[in-house]
Amino acid sequence: MPHLLEVRDLEVKFALRFGDITAIDGVSFALDKGERLGLVGESGAGKSVTGFSIINLISKPGFIAKGSISFEGNTISEYSDARMRKIRGNRISMIFQDPMMTLNPVFTIGFQMIETLQAHQRISKGGARKIALQKLKKVHIPSPEKRLEQYPHELSGGMRQRIIIAISLLSNPAIIIADEPTTALDVTIQAEIMDLLQELCETDKMGLILITHDLAVVSQVTEKIAVMYAGKIIEYGPTDRVVHAPVHPYTHGLIGSIPGSIPPGEDLVQIPGMMPTLSDIPPGCAFNPRCELRRDICMQKTPILEQKQNGIMAACHVK
Amino acid sequence: MNKKIRQFKDSYFFYSFKRDKVAMASFFVLVIFLFLALTAPWISPMNPYDADNIDIMNSELPPMWMEEGAPEFPLGTDNQGRDMLSTMLYGLRTSIIIGLGAVFLQGFIGIVVGLTAGYIGGKTDAILMRLADIQFSFPYLMVAILMSAIFQVVFGLGSFERLAIPLLTIIIGLSNWPMFARTIRASVMGEKNKEYVEAARVIGLPRVTIMLRHVLPNSLTSVMVIATIQVANAIMSEAALSFLGLGMPVTMPSLGSLIRSGQEYIFSGSWWITVFPGIWLVIFVLVINLLGDWLRDVFNPKLYKG
Amino acid sequence: MFAFIVRRVLQAVIVMLAISLVGFSIKNQIGDPVRDLVGERVTPAERAQIADEIGLNDPFLVQYVRFVKQALKGDLGRSFLYNKPALEVILKHAPATIELLIGTALIIIVVSLPLGVQSALQPRSMLSRFTMSFSTLGVSMPVFLTAILLIYLFAVHLQILPSYGRGETVDVFGNGYWMSGFFTVDGLKHLILPCFSLSTLMLPLFIRLIRSEMMEVLETEYIKYAWAKGLSPTRVWMVHAFKNTLLPVVTVFGVQIGIMFAYTLLTELVFQWQGMGFMFLEAVQRADISLLIAYLVVVACVFVLVNTVVDIFYGFINPTVRVTETK
Repeated sequence: MPHLLEVRDLEVKFALRFGDITAIDGVSFALDKGERLGLVGESGAGKSVTGFSIINLISKPGFIAKGSISFEGNTISEYSDARMRKIRGNRISMIFQDPMMTLNPVFTIGFQMIETLQAHQRISKGGARKIALQKLKKVHIPSPEKRLEQYPHELSGGMRQRIIIAISLLSNPAIIIADEPTTALDVTIQAEIMDLLQELCETDKMGLILITHDLAVVSQVTEKIAVMYAGKIIEYGPTDRVVHAPVHPYTHGLIGSIPGSIPPGEDLVQIPGMMPTLSDIPPGCAFNPRCELRRDICMQKTPILEQKQNGIMAACHVK
Repeated sequence: MNKKIRQFKDSYFFYSFKRDKVAMASFFVLVIFLFLALTAPWISPMNPYDADNIDIMNSELPPMWMEEGAPEFPLGTDNQGRDMLSTMLYGLRTSIIIGLGAVFLQGFIGIVVGLTAGYIGGKTDAILMRLADIQFSFPYLMVAILMSAIFQVVFGLGSFERLAIPLLTIIIGLSNWPMFARTIRASVMGEKNKEYVEAARVIGLPRVTIMLRHVLPNSLTSVMVIATIQVANAIMSEAALSFLGLGMPVTMPSLGSLIRSGQEYIFSGSWWITVFPGIWLVIFVLVINLLGDWLRDVFNPKLYKG
Repeated sequence: MFAFIVRRVLQAVIVMLAISLVGFSIKNQIGDPVRDLVGERVTPAERAQIADEIGLNDPFLVQYVRFVKQALKGDLGRSFLYNKPALEVILKHAPATIELLIGTALIIIVVSLPLGVQSALQPRSMLSRFTMSFSTLGVSMPVFLTAILLIYLFAVHLQILPSYGRGETVDVFGNGYWMSGFFTVDGLKHLILPCFSLSTLMLPLFIRLIRSEMMEVLETEYIKYAWAKGLSPTRVWMVHAFKNTLLPVVTVFGVQIGIMFAYTLLTELVFQWQGMGFMFLEAVQRADISLLIAYLVVVACVFVLVNTVVDIFYGFINPTVRVTETK
């Protein structure tokens, strides 16, 4: 049975003056209807670029060099921009990180919501308004009629992010891609927003790709998790299993570095060194300089993502 | 000293300069202009400001490659019999003196005001900036024109002519300092919160010292960019004032006044009185502008929008 | 919002008072109101008497207050040169200058917007590069030189456009007040060269401004988000990007009108255009202080008005300014 969204061997490069740099090096994963996937990794690992590639919005000079992305059976990675526009904001919506920067400061909320609806279907302003109000209520925003006439700077951060979520729901999409949706918000609001997202996905059977570096959030909300490192997925499997019994040494280190995952009194795990920059990736396994389980083969051959134990896939020679 | 030269040669500044052909060409041309202006009294065929040299019988002679031209007037003569080449050289000199002088004055006032306002902040800042804003809301050319006009009317043409160069320098200098003030202030406010300023304060350095020795040098890049633009503006202002008859007097013409006197003659055929000084002025200002553009790109393309 | 407007207006009033004080002091020291009134052929005794009558021996402050009161009623002194009230002379010359400005503004808007937007959307195209190169040249050429060269080309050489004056004008209101050149072909022909010359100074500025503003806007998160919502390029560029670009450009436009005003002096001189600038230069030549000061006051008033209106307008269209007005 075909998946709702399938990414196969995706390679994304950036064409710079002195050559091309590979940002995403052969990434594959799939999402089914209503499934919630977490895309986790440090800054620079390639998570956001992956998210953008799905709807073909990679900033120049980036481009998809290889691989394919299919959605509802169609190979959307080959779509023209015009066809892709019918999917963006319509069948696949995206939520960005900072709600203050995402909404255009000179237009009202209502304006920005109505235009999204009118871009994808023939609908009158009144009809669009009704749907907008509906969605605003769905994200639990008080006095939604008032909000439509307000400007972004008149609202709090949490409220703005809810509105952005509401906008993403306008056309009842099949998938929402959330790129670090809570990073720019206060901790107290973060929990609310994540609860909201989870609730919406469960009730409407919407797929969610949650891109974040926050493991705590991921373990709470998602069913599947893909851990990225230096442009590749190095671990992929059911969330609770990966979080409680990680296979790849890097994931192990990540989980162990969260306060609360280790019993009090014991040292937190620290992974020495830093993730390499895109232009400096070492040969073989990209993680090998920092790995305490390193063997000779790790420095020569790049491991591929394959089934290990427990239904988890990992890219490691050792485990 | 040698070390500093080597440092400069290795710097990004010099590197991007060498890469940008336009900047290099402009700089080269600018140097030539400056050299000509500096040596004008020695290299020009005659001194056009000295009335003894001018014979009205020589007026309106065309450049020497044309029919009635004479070799001692390579680019022809103006309507009073002055040699065009000499007048252009002297005019260039005058323009540069006034331009640089005015920008110095502007810069001085602007830096003092901007530094003070930016660093001290609070009420001082509010008052100073209000003043700057108010003057800024009047086009500087208008201010210069009005000042010049009033001076001429009040003190008469005679004293105006005598004091022309310093007067014009002061007038143009006073009319456009807010630009400097604003830029410096913005830069200072940015630097003010950086750690090195706090460190200096903690050591107990007096405010003035901190302002002058620490903050100012770091704000200099913005000053440099603005300064080039302002020099071009000042030179154009002087040309405009002279064209209106409110600038350099007829006896000591600058490029602007030449263009003015040439206007009537362009229809009767003596086009060189307007065209040569015109081209001369345009190239000069163009070169300064190009260098200013390049400076702006080198230092920070985003900061200097206008 | 209201507080914002009040603040702006108050600032405007203070500035006007300051300028009027400066203007008045000059007039007081230098001007000769007696001469303005009765000409030059009066005996010293008569002069002294008249001086007393019109209150020239009163203390400075009293005279100043009188000056302001009279100004508010529309009396700015009398022009010696024209032998009419100064304000009347200025207002008579104003329409010519205003039409010049309107024509120039139109040219600027019509040319700079498309070129600016185009060079922001396609920065590497031939047209953009061409436009940008020309803009540096445009800024380096003095207005009067451009004007003279244009006259030479079009009026003398090609002989298709007139070289000076306003041409045929039409009495718009029927009372001889506003003589307009916009309603006749001849009048329009006369407007072309002056407006065009004047615009060459501002066009490069605006094209560059629009281009750099738009390029910056195109890099913002909210534009990226607009793409993510699936909006069409036309909408993203012409609605979202455009409005955000326009905001700062409009304020600059307001300020630039003031600068254009200064340059109209030059243009009017070249084209023998009977506007306010031309009048001003004549007043300078003939040392007509009253007229000069009246001009100063009127011009200052206009600038302050324009700046205040632009500020308020900007407050209307940019909602963030109203809230954060803590300058």
